[in-house]
Amino acid sequence: MAVGKLISLNMEETKKDILILAIESSCDETAASVCRNGREILSNTIYSQIDVHTLYGGVVPEIASRAHIEKIIPVIDTALAEAKVGLKDLDAIAVTYGPGLVGPLLVGVSAAKALCLATGLPLIGVHHIEGHISANYIENPDLEPPFAALVVSGGHSHLVVVKDYGEYEVIGRTRDDAAGEAFDKVARAIGLGYPGGPKIDKAAKEGNPHALEFPRAKVGESVYDFSFSGLKSAVLNYLNTCEMKGEKWVQADVAASFQKAVVDVLVDHSMSAIDQYGFKKFAIAGGVASNSALRAAMKEACEKKGVAFYHPSPILCTDNAAMIGCAGYYEFIRGERSSLDLNAIPNLKLGERA
Amino acid sequence: MKILALDTSGVVASAAIWEDDVIRTEYSMNDNKMHSQTILPMLKEALDLTDEDLSTVDAIATAGGPGSFTGLRIGAATVKGLAYALNKPILPVPTVDALAYRLWGTEKVVCPIMDARRDQTYTGLYEFKPQPPMETGENPGTEQELVMHVLTPQCAVPIEEIVEKINDLNRPVIFLGDGVPVFKERILKQAKVQVSFAPAHMNRQSAAATASLAAYRARVNMAAHGGVLTPEEGVVETAADHTPTYLRLSQAEREKQEKENAV
Repeated sequence: MAVGKLISLNMEETKKDILILAIESSCDETAASVCRNGREILSNTIYSQIDVHTLYGGVVPEIASRAHIEKIIPVIDTALAEAKVGLKDLDAIAVTYGPGLVGPLLVGVSAAKALCLATGLPLIGVHHIEGHISANYIENPDLEPPFAALVVSGGHSHLVVVKDYGEYEVIGRTRDDAAGEAFDKVARAIGLGYPGGPKIDKAAKEGNPHALEFPRAKVGESVYDFSFSGLKSAVLNYLNTCEMKGEKWVQADVAASFQKAVVDVLVDHSMSAIDQYGFKKFAIAGGVASNSALRAAMKEACEKKGVAFYHPSPILCTDNAAMIGCAGYYEFIRGERSSLDLNAIPNLKLGERA
Repeated sequence: MKILALDTSGVVASAAIWEDDVIRTEYSMNDNKMHSQTILPMLKEALDLTDEDLSTVDAIATAGGPGSFTGLRIGAATVKGLAYALNKPILPVPTVDALAYRLWGTEKVVCPIMDARRDQTYTGLYEFKPQPPMETGENPGTEQELVMHVLTPQCAVPIEEIVEKINDLNRPVIFLGDGVPVFKERILKQAKVQVSFAPAHMNRQSAAATASLAAYRARVNMAAHGGVLTPEEGVVETAADHTPTYLRLSQAEREKQEKENAV
């Protein structure tokens, strides 16, 4: 009898679903999500502050922090309600603790820790970029490590080898501006405004990507590193020269040619990495992974090589908590736990654990 | 009634549990460590050592601002998380009021000063008076409740502005707070009244004072609402609604306003 009971208990345990509440507040989106067993998203609530930051031409950290404080509980409440679960049904709480803006990060981290203290639930600190990469797991049930990934957003440009769940090696990174940052700066210079990514993407569709020849920077010895500030300067120089000569420039052509230069470098570096490391799977992630030209170029380049190409839907490319829940799940089953002194780490390195 | 109180408005991190006019536990640290690393472990340790169960708490008090923007938000996010999970109300207490409450009972004017940077101080002026006022000839053995009155509500001003107000009052004053080491010389130079500075055991933020004042404010709120703690802006708030009182715009908003005003 006793043995039988033990066995059935064990079976129950292996069948038990893992429910995680995830919280993300690293930049200008307050987000919460409930996920089941890592890849099944029961809710994905995102409050975007973009309207308020648009007034300032970019994210203002203090304003973002204040907005997070106002929205954090309503967003968590909505995520739980949509998932039809209560705090008592959860197995853990995952939260982004870096990298990102320290003020915004602290709101999510502090709230998550308080929820854990009050409920007794385990806390899991999650790396924001690991979250972005993990967004690919959600819609691709067959995707498993190892694979190569390119993370491109307003704050990050990383070429990464995903060795296993929770195990990453950064093989290329930007030396200066992030790809998304370059989009924002160029968009401002050519009068498109903030946020630059989607606006350039749209304008570029009407322009000629070969109208202007902007540089594709190589960074010294490091084949996989990126540099976008030279490209940005080249665009600004071109605009200045036109102005001085009294010549007109075409917004759509500048947008398309700039975007082509960024995409070429990203594709080139990614394909070199795939060749060098021999991966058959490649994923993109981060806000810039929504860019239609980048997606199309990566898809074509991967198809040529017979490499499977993965990319999240736009809603999972933007900052969201579903991806944090997914990454947090794999941390959870690996036994990773954070303590109540978990701090926000604005420059947290990929693969690092606090 | 049992109240859990936190204060992370300044350099001090402080947590306390108030129960029926007694501080059951208080844990304060005046250290330069980030509040995000200290306040939750402190609270957990205090709860564990005293076998306190968070679920028995009736309300959660907090220094609601002003103070360091980051400190205030760590406190606010923490109490919001606790209040949400425990389904309990938040009792926000004005930070400067709670500081003044540390000097409960003095006949002098109390002037807390916090270093607000940008050459300003978060400050206010307070006095303690019997309530109701003592009648002449009343039995000296009658209990007199002392109530804190706000003479100047908490504000962000240059130190000279508050010292001028004190000079106008022409009454002895006690200063306290982390602004004392910053502004002491300027105060002594300008003051025309008797000036004293509070000693170490009562010259910084304390969650015990925050809790005591929150309890008093809750009692007044309940008396006005038939004995029920009732949502009232600034006194009793929900986890979702509570936000810190910054008393200041962000730098970006301020610059934008200045630019717009200049046009």
